[in-house]
Amino acid sequence: MVTTKLLHAVVNGVLGGGVYALMAVGLTLIFGVLDIINIAQGVMVVLGAYLSYALSVHLHLDLFLGLLVTVPAMFVVGVVIQWAFIRPLRGRERTSMSLLACYAVAIIIEGILYRVFGPNYVTLNASYVTSSVHVLGFYLPYIYLYGFAMAVALVIGLYALLYRTKFGRSVRATMQDQTAARLIGINVNRVAALTFGIGVAVTAAGGMVFGATSGGINPNSGYDLISRLLAVIILGGLGSIGGALVAAVFMLTAEAIVDIWYPTWSVAVFYAALVVVLTFRPRGLFGRQEARAQ
Amino acid sequence: MRTVVARGATRASGQPASRPGVPALRYAGLVVVLLAACGFPLVFTNQQVASIGVDTLIFVTAAVAWNIFSGYSGYISLGHAVFFGSGAYAAGVAARDWQITGAAEFALLPLAAVVAAVIAVPFGLIALRVRRHTFVVITIAIFFIFQLMAFNLSFTGGTTGLNAPFLLWGPVAFDQRFYYIALVIAVATIALSWLIRRSRFGLQLRAIRDDEDRASGLGVRAMPVKLTAFVISALITGLIGALWFFFIGQVLPDSGFDPIFDLTVALMAFLGGLGTVAGPVLGALILEPAQQYLTQQVNNSYLSQILLGAVFLVVILLLPRGLIPTAGEKITSWQARRRQAAAPAADGAVLAAPGRLGADQRPGGGVP
Repeated sequence: MVTTKLLHAVVNGVLGGGVYALMAVGLTLIFGVLDIINIAQGVMVVLGAYLSYALSVHLHLDLFLGLLVTVPAMFVVGVVIQWAFIRPLRGRERTSMSLLACYAVAIIIEGILYRVFGPNYVTLNASYVTSSVHVLGFYLPYIYLYGFAMAVALVIGLYALLYRTKFGRSVRATMQDQTAARLIGINVNRVAALTFGIGVAVTAAGGMVFGATSGGINPNSGYDLISRLLAVIILGGLGSIGGALVAAVFMLTAEAIVDIWYPTWSVAVFYAALVVVLTFRPRGLFGRQEARAQ
Repeated sequence: MRTVVARGATRASGQPASRPGVPALRYAGLVVVLLAACGFPLVFTNQQVASIGVDTLIFVTAAVAWNIFSGYSGYISLGHAVFFGSGAYAAGVAARDWQITGAAEFALLPLAAVVAAVIAVPFGLIALRVRRHTFVVITIAIFFIFQLMAFNLSFTGGTTGLNAPFLLWGPVAFDQRFYYIALVIAVATIALSWLIRRSRFGLQLRAIRDDEDRASGLGVRAMPVKLTAFVISALITGLIGALWFFFIGQVLPDSGFDPIFDLTVALMAFLGGLGTVAGPVLGALILEPAQQYLTQQVNNSYLSQILLGAVFLVVILLLPRGLIPTAGEKITSWQARRRQAAAPAADGAVLAAPGRLGADQRPGGGVP
């Protein structure tokens, strides 16, 4: 009995972790290149989910097909936000300013979502959300499998983009040293805008799965989510893509296991793990030692 | 203001143009503002306006308290709602368990402050080990742990929250009394903030803000200094959280531990000028009435939320250093230009110069 539950928890943790990894990778990528933390990422996940919701309700578009519309749309949103609100920030207070700017963007988007969709919870529905497959003594909705598969595909795609293309090389160069990247002729502003767009776009894909699996979202769901994503990327080490993947799976699995015995406290596992790890290792599990601190 | 380690440099940029006549003007202005603040509830007895007054003073205090830590040290905390909520909950739990009723509840204010300060010690010891982004994120994470605890622990009343003891005051007296209590706390907090900024302790904080490693190298014991500021800031935030709770009459997990609170307080300090004494006060005086007014008039909290975010973005993009430093620079440059313009004229009228100077100095000399 307990073994089945444990197994279930681990499977759930890994599958859910895949989706979180997708969202967290976008966030950590943005941090690595732009040296800012996009607090608005949580709300953007929700925005992506609402876009998928609107498409499936009004145009009866399949959720995964809808991503062909929502992902490019969110890419544009990301590029515009970076261009309008992040790029102009300069100077010593840039760190805190960018955080606040992202926060402001987040509450604006949240307010707009409230106005358009109202405060009620919505769920993304499709045949594969409600039907499930019977494996190893428990039922697993198909959406978990499809979502995980998509997350893995997108993460692999991102890796290919970062490690196999010229653009990816310039992104990694910018992550390592912005000044040096500029000196060897990389258009850092363009890289920053595109990275922000990509980080937000993959988030939209994650948002669709999140909206279908989390048992309902409302415009306010972004706060809870962003704090979890932040915990994931800090635990993994800011700017470390591999770290974000490992940390996401680790956190979700730990949460699912604690959930068996203490359901009301399982959410705290995220933050408790974060606090414990940072007490002993302030740079996170895979973080570099303040490589670009100043 | 690139290196603030030199005291004179700070003075020059933070408090522009200390010409002899200016302090007198400043003290006069201060007295006028104080008198206006004291007279406000006597003139405006309309309940909506009066309650905006109390709310504003609560946020003035919260913003100044936030600035004492985050503004002076440069560590941006987005977790101060932890102290605000803890103060409210400490007062609420104590009032319920000890069956305190009526005006005796105000005796719980120091308790709430102490509870918040005690919470700040482990919080600070964990969070202040990391810097910049990571610090901000840790404060957010700890904030969510506290909100979760307020939801889930049994003694907090869960989702229904806690109610404050009922006060048998008439509506007008209710607002007036709360107003004066809040005013006393706000003025005391501002005075404390001013004293800290002038003190050696404040100088150490600002040295940490400019370059923590260099400050440590120069002999600032960074951790105790940061932690002390953090605890002082938490103490005041907890105190004002309890007062807010008595005024509103109820605390819920997501109203006591409200992420918007963190954002609002930070925005007030940024709008007025981060790290200045008057900045957070000015920011709160502008933003809180505007926000309350919008909520009352527009009758649509989403719209006011969108507007808050838009104002925030405009402030960050157009006034990245805040109103007070920007205005200070404008005044300084205006005075410099005027002096330059006056210089050739003064050459021609040497005789007139001493008389004019003397007249300028006299009012300044009378002030200690």
